[in-house]
Amino acid sequence: MTPLLPMTPLLEVRDLAITFAPAARVVDGVDFRIMPGEVLGLVGESGSGKSVTLRALLRLLHGARVEGHVLWKGRDVLAMPDAELRAMRGRGMAAVFQEPTAALNPVLPIGLQIDESLAAHTDLSGAARRRRAIELLGEVGIADAARRLGAYPHELSGGQRQRAMIAIALAAGPELLLADEPTTALDVTIQDQILALLLRLVADRHMGLLLVTHDLGVVAETCDRMVVLYAGRVAEAGSVADLLRQPRHAYTDALLRSMPGEGEARTRLSPIPGMAPKLGRPLDACAFVPRCSYASPECSAHRPPMVAVEPRRLSACIAWNRLPARVAA
Amino acid sequence: MTPALLEVEHLSKRFPLRRTAFDALRGHPRPILQAVNDVSLSVARGEALGIVGESGCGKSTLARCLVRLHDPDSGTIRYDGADVLALAGAARRAFNRRVQMVFQDPYGSLNPRMTIHDALAEALRVHAVVPPAAIPARVAELLALVHLPPDAATRRPHAFSGGQRQRIGIARALAVEPAIIVADEPVSALDVSVQAQIVNLFLELQERLGLTLLFITHDLRLVRHVTHRVAVMYLGRIVEIGPTPALFAAPRHPYTQALLAAAPRLVAPSLVAPSLVGGRRRREAATRGELPGGAAIPAGCAFHPRCPVAVERCRRELPSLTPRGTPWPVACHLAGDPA
Amino acid sequence: MRLPFPLIAGLGILVLLLLCALLPGAIAPYDPLAFDYTAMLAAPGRAHLFGTDQFGRDLLSRTIHATRIDLQIALFATIGPLLIGGAIGLLVGWFGGLADTLVGRLIDLVQTFPFLVLVIAIVAVLGPGLENMYVAVAIVGWVFYARLMRGEVLVQKHADYIAAARALGYSQPRLMLRHILPNAIRPVLIYLVTDMALAILLGSSLGYLGLGAQPPTPEWGVLIADGKNFFTTAPWMSLFPGLAIVLTGLGFSLTGDGLADLMDVRR
Repeated sequence: MTPLLPMTPLLEVRDLAITFAPAARVVDGVDFRIMPGEVLGLVGESGSGKSVTLRALLRLLHGARVEGHVLWKGRDVLAMPDAELRAMRGRGMAAVFQEPTAALNPVLPIGLQIDESLAAHTDLSGAARRRRAIELLGEVGIADAARRLGAYPHELSGGQRQRAMIAIALAAGPELLLADEPTTALDVTIQDQILALLLRLVADRHMGLLLVTHDLGVVAETCDRMVVLYAGRVAEAGSVADLLRQPRHAYTDALLRSMPGEGEARTRLSPIPGMAPKLGRPLDACAFVPRCSYASPECSAHRPPMVAVEPRRLSACIAWNRLPARVAA
Repeated sequence: MTPALLEVEHLSKRFPLRRTAFDALRGHPRPILQAVNDVSLSVARGEALGIVGESGCGKSTLARCLVRLHDPDSGTIRYDGADVLALAGAARRAFNRRVQMVFQDPYGSLNPRMTIHDALAEALRVHAVVPPAAIPARVAELLALVHLPPDAATRRPHAFSGGQRQRIGIARALAVEPAIIVADEPVSALDVSVQAQIVNLFLELQERLGLTLLFITHDLRLVRHVTHRVAVMYLGRIVEIGPTPALFAAPRHPYTQALLAAAPRLVAPSLVAPSLVGGRRRREAATRGELPGGAAIPAGCAFHPRCPVAVERCRRELPSLTPRGTPWPVACHLAGDPA
Repeated sequence: MRLPFPLIAGLGILVLLLLCALLPGAIAPYDPLAFDYTAMLAAPGRAHLFGTDQFGRDLLSRTIHATRIDLQIALFATIGPLLIGGAIGLLVGWFGGLADTLVGRLIDLVQTFPFLVLVIAIVAVLGPGLENMYVAVAIVGWVFYARLMRGEVLVQKHADYIAAARALGYSQPRLMLRHILPNAIRPVLIYLVTDMALAILLGSSLGYLGLGAQPPTPEWGVLIADGKNFFTTAPWMSLFPGLAIVLTGLGFSLTGDGLADLMDVRR
């Protein structure tokens, strides 16, 4: 393995495009990077391409054409030989998904599913793997871990299943955890616990975390930086604090303004008119134009380029400097 | 305050669960899911009452009892003074007209084989809301009321997006000219950018038609924005009920406090330094432990195993929902001082 | 709206069969019952496309004339089970309770016996003939329809659109007939079309065994049975009626598949 400079990104995605036959371009030129120890939020509504992107990073998509570059420590995942890919999955990047019920094997006890992952990615002996599995369950906050090894997924609550899922992902010792809506199926108080757990793991293990979610509140509370997707493209990217204070894309601005905030109750909200565009051939224009109150003819003339509008702030919006700052309560 | 339009007293609803043949042979009793447990509340005409809580708190079961999709095991429901549970036949159908429901899933709540016109016309015809000749005009009015184009009538549900379907569901509920709309998570299946459209529609309809709204949701931001009063439920019981802005500003029940703390915020509360707006949070999780299922409700106060301030009394004694020197009723032995 | 190709092909076959059934005299070149001692056991050729049998009867004409009786079988052997099973499935699925449990057990019980054995046993008791076969098939076959219907009703009755209709105060018959039935009938109708093909096979099997249509009525199963003694010398006697059965089965199956596509409201 090549020695790494400290600030080399763990993962760098360049110009990722995903097409489902015959002409449904669901992801269209997405770029982002994740540093070790960083929490990056990939945010978008349904159809924005966020979950498909996550699956493409691990080459888990079937029946789709994936183009561009997914560089894992400089090596292109999309061009990796199968053996290298298997070694990278789990030990390099591991994933947890929205529905732990669907992602866990219902007929195997949790302990065995952790053991499987340990056997595949470590050289530990059987007894050592058992000890490690107990440690892992303890680490993700499952009480009485030794006894819980024999529990089947259906014997666990939704929150515990998600914890078990995280333990399985951690078994291989990943450097980057990909989490696809990991708390969407959970209740608010349980979501709160799982997010706290993920953040503790990131800090303890100096692990990267890519959090895919539709919930801006979750991003606001957990992520360092965020990438906003709209219709398969990056609208804007930057630090969470900057972005929420001062959106630099008309879509983010409209989305934030449409949500009920801390302001006057029972006043009319400002919805985004219309609906998200249907998937299709890539447009040579900004995809948000039909719903945008800042749109100018220039927005329809060509696809707005991604511009560094401030240090470490990227935006693909021509109106980026006309958007109002959001007033914090 | 105006007299109550809908009054619920000591309402309870249990569901027997399946037990395995093995358990039955060993003589174990059939497990009972106590979905709604001794719930009392009242709604005034024109009011928007929110019911919030997490899964298993009984909010949806309560909603379905109110529109008589479930028959409660005990308790009373009074509409405009009349005992709803005693109604039968024509009187019951008349009650159905007064209280209508809007469902969560816009994909499952419309009959996929009926055009929008047929679905709306059926409601109008069955209840003889308008003379048959006036039905097409009334259908057009209803569509206009929920901001759908008139040509929507000829199409079937699959031709519409989630947000549009939810409008159709609202139009169907409005067809029979109800006084109360019970909305069970009406926007939680929709994308954020579409939710605001539906929220605005509810607010607008309340003003224009003087509707009374029961707004059931797990989303605290929504309930804060939409409702005048809010009831917080935990494992089948109301733990706290009061005016929304005051309750959100100073929740008295430890569960409400935990719930509000757990909900992710877009903007940090003003108590916190503005520099903390966004970015990785530093606080610990607001609660510990899991939500128990409704078949295994802890004795005493149901929240005590997860409660940060529980004392011995909470394990033994069920706190009643009464004002305890608080501006509104709270079901907590330790309530009295704002946290 | 474009019709799916299987549906077009299936309907094409069925229309051809229907023409044969309605106007056999106009299509068939000979009288199906006329003996021709000059051309006994003639191989297929210019004069007799499908050949002739041991009495010199033209097999093409006999196969065409048999179409009517076989399509009748397809209809009458399925309509009884459809109506009985559909109604029972709808009622017990909707109301549930003890009736549902009992009917469920009864369905399981009937299904433990091979279908054909039960039908043959009942026909043997009632006596041979098509009418008795229809009765026997109705007694046994309703369970398949009831099971399909009940299962789909159970799924649909918990859907929110049914809850919405109940909250609107609609009557039970309206809920069942206007809301549940149209949404639950799809698998039943698709099965019906497949079952029609199976019914023809059943009719032919019983005809072959002498329990169905009685000679000299031309029926495909009977024709195959007639040919069995000449199988080495005149294989066409059984081959062409057999092909007719295969073609009919194909027609119904393709139509069923096509209907399944067409009835998907999400298309």
